[in-house]
Amino acid sequence: MNSTRPVLEVEGINKTFGSVHVLHDVDFSVRRGTVTALIGDNGAGKSTLVKTIAGIHGADSGTVRFDGEPVTITGPKSAAALGIEVVYQDLALCENLDVVQNLFLGREIVSGGLLDEQAMEDAARETLAALGVRTVKSVRQPVASLSGGQRQTVAIARAVLWNSNVVVLDEPTAALGVAQTEQVLALVRRLAEQGLGVVLISHNMNDVLQVADRVAAMYLGRLVADVPVSDATTTEQLVELITSGRSGDLGLTEAAT
Amino acid sequence: MTATTNTDGSGDDALALTDFALDEPPSDLRSTIAESVARIRGGELGSIPALLAIAVLVSVFGAVNPGSFLSAVNLANFLEQASSVIVIAMAVSFALLLGEIDLAAGFTAGVSAAVLATRLQEWPLLPSVLAAALVAIALGLFTGFMVARIGIPSFVVTLANVLLFQGILLLLVREGGSVRIEDPVVKDLVGANLSTTASWVFAIGCVLAYLGLQIRRQRSTHQRRPWSVIGVKVGLLAAGLVTLTLILNGNRAFPNAPAPIQGLPIVIPAVLALVVVLNLLLNRTRFGRHLYAVGGNAEAARRAGIDVMRIRLAAFTICGLLAGIGGAFLASRVNSVDPNTGANDTLLLAVGAAVIGGTSLFGGRGRMMNAVLGGFVLALIPNGLTLVGKRMVPLLGEIDFGSSGVKFICAGAALLLASSVDALSRRQST
Repeated sequence: MNSTRPVLEVEGINKTFGSVHVLHDVDFSVRRGTVTALIGDNGAGKSTLVKTIAGIHGADSGTVRFDGEPVTITGPKSAAALGIEVVYQDLALCENLDVVQNLFLGREIVSGGLLDEQAMEDAARETLAALGVRTVKSVRQPVASLSGGQRQTVAIARAVLWNSNVVVLDEPTAALGVAQTEQVLALVRRLAEQGLGVVLISHNMNDVLQVADRVAAMYLGRLVADVPVSDATTTEQLVELITSGRSGDLGLTEAAT
Repeated sequence: MTATTNTDGSGDDALALTDFALDEPPSDLRSTIAESVARIRGGELGSIPALLAIAVLVSVFGAVNPGSFLSAVNLANFLEQASSVIVIAMAVSFALLLGEIDLAAGFTAGVSAAVLATRLQEWPLLPSVLAAALVAIALGLFTGFMVARIGIPSFVVTLANVLLFQGILLLLVREGGSVRIEDPVVKDLVGANLSTTASWVFAIGCVLAYLGLQIRRQRSTHQRRPWSVIGVKVGLLAAGLVTLTLILNGNRAFPNAPAPIQGLPIVIPAVLALVVVLNLLLNRTRFGRHLYAVGGNAEAARRAGIDVMRIRLAAFTICGLLAGIGGAFLASRVNSVDPNTGANDTLLLAVGAAVIGGTSLFGGRGRMMNAVLGGFVLALIPNGLTLVGKRMVPLLGEIDFGSSGVKFICAGAALLLASSVDALSRRQST
């Protein structure tokens, strides 16, 4: 799996906010069909990295390659045009609208000037079925009546509705119970199986070990490790990477700090 | 609602196509009713309180004063009284759908009516109407600009507008003055009737159009309903319209009147046309969908790429235009415009009508039909109370139910009740 060429590569990304250097020469790549967990303590730079990829922040320096081609991401629209979607922690769904209406919000299918509800509904069912979603009883339910896990599902489905290439999930299981977490993680796995590059931001190491193929750890603005998850990978190792930036021969060398 | 997992052990992908087997509309009349009951229990009251209120008010007033309240002349009179409230309520609904308010919609109506009346003194009908419409649009655009662009809360902007627009109205009609309207078309909007033949054509046309719409809907999966349900709906509409036409096509003039008064009041097709057009805009266009989205969660709408500011601006502009149309109804009812046109309780009744009909004050929920039903409730109260007149009430002595005091108290109580229902059902469904 490691041999597949990355769909998205960022190299030498630097970002400062005023005098604060938030990202130091970060190299990060996302591969198709792979779940890459992005871990790190609060303030390590995870969100800034994701927002740079999503075009919300511009990087001070560094290059971005998409499918091997150099690209410049100038804003959220150009990120979306490349098929990069971010599902933020606050899902940003309209509770008064139903599942189909939320999935297509801002990108409604119109025919003859009027909304084509049938086409949108069919496409919504298709997407949800392809993702193996069977927790949402009806695609015409208002989102207000959905549980947290179901809402997460809808938000993720919206991100993949338009042939996305890279999906970034920001703590998708943070607010969920055990059963719902399982469902969402299964969905994350299925996104990768469909050939998307998935980035999972999580503070839950069990989730990470369960679904991730690779782990990228950030520590004080540096990407200190980008390693495949093996059976030997342990929660302790990951926690060490998060808290001290190194674990055994992984992570920072003395010289870097 | 709890998440359910499909525990069927067979393969993951094999089941995919049957995943939404549960996602079928009810298959017969019985399950349709069951579904509706479940929805109401879940807090989605919609227009139920308004319908109940109409039923209660009609039966109470009908029982107290059957002779005059249930007469054809009062029915036509009531519909004409309700029409301006309904149209201004539809205007306010566009602000309410955003979760905003327009406290100056009544004066927007007044200013627009004053422009119409004063222009008609010198100009022909069409340019006068155009001028009135443009002024209404400009006032709406102004409010929208202040709210969406400058970022002042709509409550404050429209509170200031109450004074601003009232000032404009006073300047237009001169204090204490009144501008008469002679134009036959404007005079006929509220007050004239369709011919009896036209009334029947209209009634039958409505039923056929509704039937056609229902049949067309059968082609889509999510709107498909059992034929028995469609039969009941179309049957009810047909029965209602035929009864209405039969009653209003009879001569309701006083004996010895020089000419008979008969036919459906023109306000019925006029208001219906507005409802149909606005429904189409709200439910079938991208703009309508985005309007609901902004009202439901502006941040989500923004992230979905919707230009939230533009939607707000457009909604307030539509609100202004509709209020202007409401102004024409107000002016047409009394055939003149004075400084009180659109003043007093006009705005309160309009907001009340929308909310009583089930449109949420919190944004994102509401339909044009709500304004109609709520308008009926708020027009029924003064209409019925006037006809009840002075009565002896045990313990309280003689009370004049037709007095403004009693009417205000009843309308205020109805509005409070309706907003309580809105707040409580909102709490229940989220």
